[in-house]
Amino acid sequence: MASLLIQGGRVIDPANQVDQLLNLVVIDGVIAELTSGCPKTDAVIPASGLIVSPGLVDLHVALRDPGYDEDEGTASGTKAALAGGFTTIAALPDTLPVVDNRASAEFVVLQAERAANCRVVPLGAITRNHDGAELADLGQLAAGGAGGFTDATKAVQSAEIMRRALEYARMLGKPLLSVPQDPTLSAGGLMHEGYYSMVLGLRGIPAAAEEIIVARDIALAELTGGHVHLMCLSTRNSVGEVRRAKSLGIRVTADVSPHHLALTDAEMAKYDANLKVSPPLRSREHVDALIEGLVDGTIESISSDHRPFAAEKKSRELDHVPFGVSSLETALAVCAMTLIEPGHLDWPDLLRLLTCGPARILGLKAGTLSIGCAADITLIDPSATWTVDTNQFHSRGHNTPFQGKTLRGRVLQTIVGGEVRFRRQ
Amino acid sequence: MKAEWSRRHVLGLEDLSADEITTILDEAARFKDLADRGEARHTLLKGVTVCNLFFEPSTRTKTSFNLAARRLGADTVDFAAAASSLSKGETFIDTARNIEAMGVDHMVVRHSTSGTPYILTQHLQTGVVNAGDGTHEHPTQGLLDLFTIREHRGTLEGLTVALVGDILHSRVARSNIWGLKKLGAKVIVCGPATLIPAEIHRLGVEVSYQLDDILERTDVINLLRIQFERQRGAFFPSIYEYAQFYGMTADRIRRAKKDVLILAPGPINRGVELTPEVADGPHSVILGQVTNGLFVRMATLHLMHQAREKHLASK
Repeated sequence: MASLLIQGGRVIDPANQVDQLLNLVVIDGVIAELTSGCPKTDAVIPASGLIVSPGLVDLHVALRDPGYDEDEGTASGTKAALAGGFTTIAALPDTLPVVDNRASAEFVVLQAERAANCRVVPLGAITRNHDGAELADLGQLAAGGAGGFTDATKAVQSAEIMRRALEYARMLGKPLLSVPQDPTLSAGGLMHEGYYSMVLGLRGIPAAAEEIIVARDIALAELTGGHVHLMCLSTRNSVGEVRRAKSLGIRVTADVSPHHLALTDAEMAKYDANLKVSPPLRSREHVDALIEGLVDGTIESISSDHRPFAAEKKSRELDHVPFGVSSLETALAVCAMTLIEPGHLDWPDLLRLLTCGPARILGLKAGTLSIGCAADITLIDPSATWTVDTNQFHSRGHNTPFQGKTLRGRVLQTIVGGEVRFRRQ
Repeated sequence: MKAEWSRRHVLGLEDLSADEITTILDEAARFKDLADRGEARHTLLKGVTVCNLFFEPSTRTKTSFNLAARRLGADTVDFAAAASSLSKGETFIDTARNIEAMGVDHMVVRHSTSGTPYILTQHLQTGVVNAGDGTHEHPTQGLLDLFTIREHRGTLEGLTVALVGDILHSRVARSNIWGLKKLGAKVIVCGPATLIPAEIHRLGVEVSYQLDDILERTDVINLLRIQFERQRGAFFPSIYEYAQFYGMTADRIRRAKKDVLILAPGPINRGVELTPEVADGPHSVILGQVTNGLFVRMATLHLMHQAREKHLASK
């Protein structure tokens, strides 16, 4: 029987409304006890001055495996996840081949076992090869471990196919993770359509491109009783639509990414390819509405939306650069800087959005320090300041707009199933 | 004033102050004056190499820059690169660095993607002048438009200038707006609602959808080129309808101010943006613009080169 004591930390477990200086006991990889006493254990981790959090959970991460080794791999991506404090991540299915069948889903699980870093839940495709034309093998994917379904970078254009997918996924008890963006309105766009796109001469993506699909998916969730999860909400009216839908009891959930909270479209004046993300960075009024949505509970999850890309892909003309940020390793600190320092949220609020919030959306038994749960734990130094240096990244993707920025709040240790899998040197 | 010029790159008129714009215009006027007196050729850039790095086809701008560099005594080299349509092959940054390694001092860059000249300044030691980037800016075109208006009217201050046509996709429009506003002109943008960005009023310009409404109070009309493929993008129903609403005809000239100036950045579509009798008529200064382009580009290259020399000396 192996036992571990995490001693003297501020234990925050949002799922159980715990926020207290406590000792945490792990026995055989399972949370055994939260106590003010000091039981004798095989090993002790001193945690005074640190936050002891449930391991963070991420709803959508691109591991790029198989097929895009130059961008990321399961080993590097899951190591980056640990360094960012994540113990469970859901892997996007837009690999080569696409995860639209059981064998592909099982390969994701197998690769994660080989890497032995964090836990990985495969996401399956909604439509075969993400073509939007026919349903992927949803039932087989679920049998292979898929926790939900998504076409990763594309909205399902046909409302009919989205409707049937929702009905079918409801039967399986899984959510659809929707990319809310109308491709006919966003085609060719690089950034938010507004003042800065006009001045910079960059083709804009209007807020309406998102809001149309948000409204459609909510209507389809109401029609079918299925669960729609909207990834990376970015506009004010989207937040309003989700708020309204929830008040009517419609099964819709949503998340937002750290960069959409920390940055606005004004940053694009630098023509920095690392700022090209989808949905685009929006203007201040939209960002403020997203924060309001987090504060009032409309948005119950934050996802890093980690999208790593090889340097040579990000050094093209802006028109040809792929959308995305390598964000697993900065997510927590960027959130702390954007949400806690200005006083919008406190640590228990933020950790709820990064642990039990996302875990509930996928129905995972994770993101909590409940007795009897797997001991997935993240130790955070909330006052540590550090400077982002991509050369220190574990991710192969160095595409971040935060390079060189000084942030506060850092993951020191990440524990999976009672085993310390990451320790910052 | 000239002593204050310190820019090694000219990327857009948004960046330039009114004084800096005036410095370029004055320098261009000086070159034009000298040329009129028979001194067209100079040795100010002797031993200097200027590369025309064009990722997008162009004839007149490239020729004008070429001639400007040679009139200053520089060596010129043309490099027509294909803009990458895929994410494969050599990146534009690598292309530019290769050319730089051959010993180039200044790059004249045109690219179909906005921001590309700015990105190159982060990777190159050479001077960079923007010869048109996407739908962002075309600073030397803006400068030659300002020069031409100032030449005819003495000043920009207090004039009302209309930019007519496709504002949304026009780099010439953006450079014109920044420059005209800085030099004290009032600007009206006029075109179909589909081709005028919603936020344009925040630049301090008036928006009009009816050319006929603004004719009587406009001193200068700059007719932007309309690209026929925009019709397929549903920006307007037909070329015929466009010409009906926004084409400059002899009839409209009669209703305009007596001394109205007609500019067009070209290449013009006769019978669309303007009829032949307007293009060749007494109000048109279109060919004068082309002539002035040479002097504006000489001034730009000369000032940039002085700044580069100073920069290298201070290292």
